[in-house]
Amino acid sequence: MTASAHPKQAARTTASEPSGLSQRLGRMSVTAIPMVWLLAFFALPFVFVLKISLAEADIAVPPYTALLSWVDDKVLSIRIDFGKFLFLFEDNLYLAAYVGSLKIAAVSTFFCLLVAFPIALFIARQSAEMRLLWLAVVMLPFWTSMLLRVYAWIGILQSNGIVNSVLVWLGVIDEPLALLQTDFAVYLGIVYTYLPFMVLPLYATLEKLDETLLEASADLGARPATSFFTITLPLALPGVVAGCVLVFVPAVGEFVIPALMGGPDTLMIGRVLWDEFFSNRDWPMASAVAIVMLIVLVVPVMLLRSRGRQQSFGHG
Amino acid sequence: MTSLAPIRSASAPADTPFVRIEGVTKRFGDFVAVNNISLDIHRSELFCLLGGSGSGKSTLLRMLAGFEHPTEGRILIDGQDMTNVPPYERPVNMMFQSYALFPHMTVADNVGYGLRRAGVRKADIKRRVVEMLDLVKMGDFARRKPDQLSGGQRQRVALARSLVRQPKLLLLDEPLGALDKKLREETQFELMKIQSQLGTTFIVVTHDQDEAMTLATRMGVMNEGQLVQIGEPRNLYEFPSSRFVAQFIGAVNMFEGRLVEDEPDYVRIRSEEAGCTLYVSHGISSAPGQSVHVAIRPEKIRLSHETPAGADNVVKGVVDEVAYLGNVSVLQIRLGTGKLIRATLPNLDRHESMVFEPSDPVYCSWGSSSGVVLTS
Repeated sequence: MTASAHPKQAARTTASEPSGLSQRLGRMSVTAIPMVWLLAFFALPFVFVLKISLAEADIAVPPYTALLSWVDDKVLSIRIDFGKFLFLFEDNLYLAAYVGSLKIAAVSTFFCLLVAFPIALFIARQSAEMRLLWLAVVMLPFWTSMLLRVYAWIGILQSNGIVNSVLVWLGVIDEPLALLQTDFAVYLGIVYTYLPFMVLPLYATLEKLDETLLEASADLGARPATSFFTITLPLALPGVVAGCVLVFVPAVGEFVIPALMGGPDTLMIGRVLWDEFFSNRDWPMASAVAIVMLIVLVVPVMLLRSRGRQQSFGHG
Repeated sequence: MTSLAPIRSASAPADTPFVRIEGVTKRFGDFVAVNNISLDIHRSELFCLLGGSGSGKSTLLRMLAGFEHPTEGRILIDGQDMTNVPPYERPVNMMFQSYALFPHMTVADNVGYGLRRAGVRKADIKRRVVEMLDLVKMGDFARRKPDQLSGGQRQRVALARSLVRQPKLLLLDEPLGALDKKLREETQFELMKIQSQLGTTFIVVTHDQDEAMTLATRMGVMNEGQLVQIGEPRNLYEFPSSRFVAQFIGAVNMFEGRLVEDEPDYVRIRSEEAGCTLYVSHGISSAPGQSVHVAIRPEKIRLSHETPAGADNVVKGVVDEVAYLGNVSVLQIRLGTGKLIRATLPNLDRHESMVFEPSDPVYCSWGSSSGVVLTS
């Protein structure tokens, strides 16, 4: 803002000293927007949740105790309760839910990658107009509500649903299979729902892949399958990583799909969170669960990122 | 590998052709990229395919590599039908115009890629990669990634990678196209040296006539999917068979005219453009009255201030422009008929005695054997 107010002055300053004040202010005003956004919608809410997680549950509005309170109007007392965090490790339920979530998210991410890679490769090999069309086809389900699509899957998978009806009619099976309320249904739901998040970053890297590299590979004696593993896959790695993060992270905290399609023994952290909040009305416990989940997710992603950065620095 | 004697030779050996292209046509939809080409290339030749963009030269090369399949015709390499053999099973390697180096691999891994695919033992791969990198003088860069190399260095790595499998035939698509002029000239000679050392048959595609003339033992000129003329560089330059070839290779002055006299050992052509009758000392056996063109290269025109004595062909004009290029001067001369012609003068002396300035009157003359009569 300041920079654009005095364009002549700014230009002169830039010419004489590259890191002039007005230029620095201009740069700051640009970076300020995401900073303010992060502060308002991530950092502040995080602090609130952290605060609640360190409080005790109370039958009040809001349903937790205050961290700071005045004793006799003279002494400021701070009550921090780590009990909820300790309890997380005491009760096996939470550990099982975390492990269950990570397992379901990891398996779904893997299958999502397996399904998305051929799709992305196929789209990237199309002509420019056809690519847009196919991308639109991949995105199209997103235009309807996710809840609606999950209910559609319930209709398809339930014991008198389409799949079972057809199989029984064909005589392949005598009795309907229990497809719904299983881990399989949860995997299916997550893979289906998050597929575009995997396809798009993969497509973005594969589309940039120079096809003469594959010709060079074939020319040097590599069969198509070998070329895929030695050229296409390594060069698509940034897209693979981006897609996996985009699918894995929301899948860990997924609530709707396991709640509607999973069985009673499908234990995921999103469900635990819901129960703590709405059944037990234990906000501090729910907040502690959420904070630990954040740590469980953020730490591996940050490690992955710093490794990626080291590698790209290694290239020069 | 330096023990190999140079086997670079223009004369085609008498044995069967190493590469035989038989009536090959390639269509993309309605577009005919390559139109019924037949061509024989012999062992250890350095054959250049010269043509403008869209002439079909790259498509022909890609068919030899196996990336495209002919719509009609056959391709035989070393006596074997390769028409429908996939690229990874051909005894052929290609050096790509963009070099197509694998960006995620080091120079050594790039060069060794072809050997790993062939299942060569690890120790042998290492040795051959080192040998190959030394040949192209890139031994010190084995551990770099392609994006840490200059254009010229990448070109060398690409060459090493395409040669490491010891292909019977190496295809080079605009091998020097991405280099600057100075580097290109140096690299041309190096490429020739490597080719004669290894004795590999090279087929080079280029749009640069200087490059083709320098590199080739034999070359073919392509236009609109057809091979217009095949021959040694010197023959193509001095004895072009058509106006296209004469104009595509080097600069040329072209006089349109009408055949007035056609004898076995000479022809006379009445040219309105030249403003006189031109005398050329070779027959063409055509009917008198036929419309023909006479092509004269700029360096074959002699210039003088006085009427030259005993010259076969003389036209008078006025110097229009002079361009001093250092080694030669290029003069543009306007003839009495209004036609502009071009003549080059070698700068023999540092203190040039015979200088032509714009608007000087000048006599242009050339011998009877300097011109070429073209009927097509």
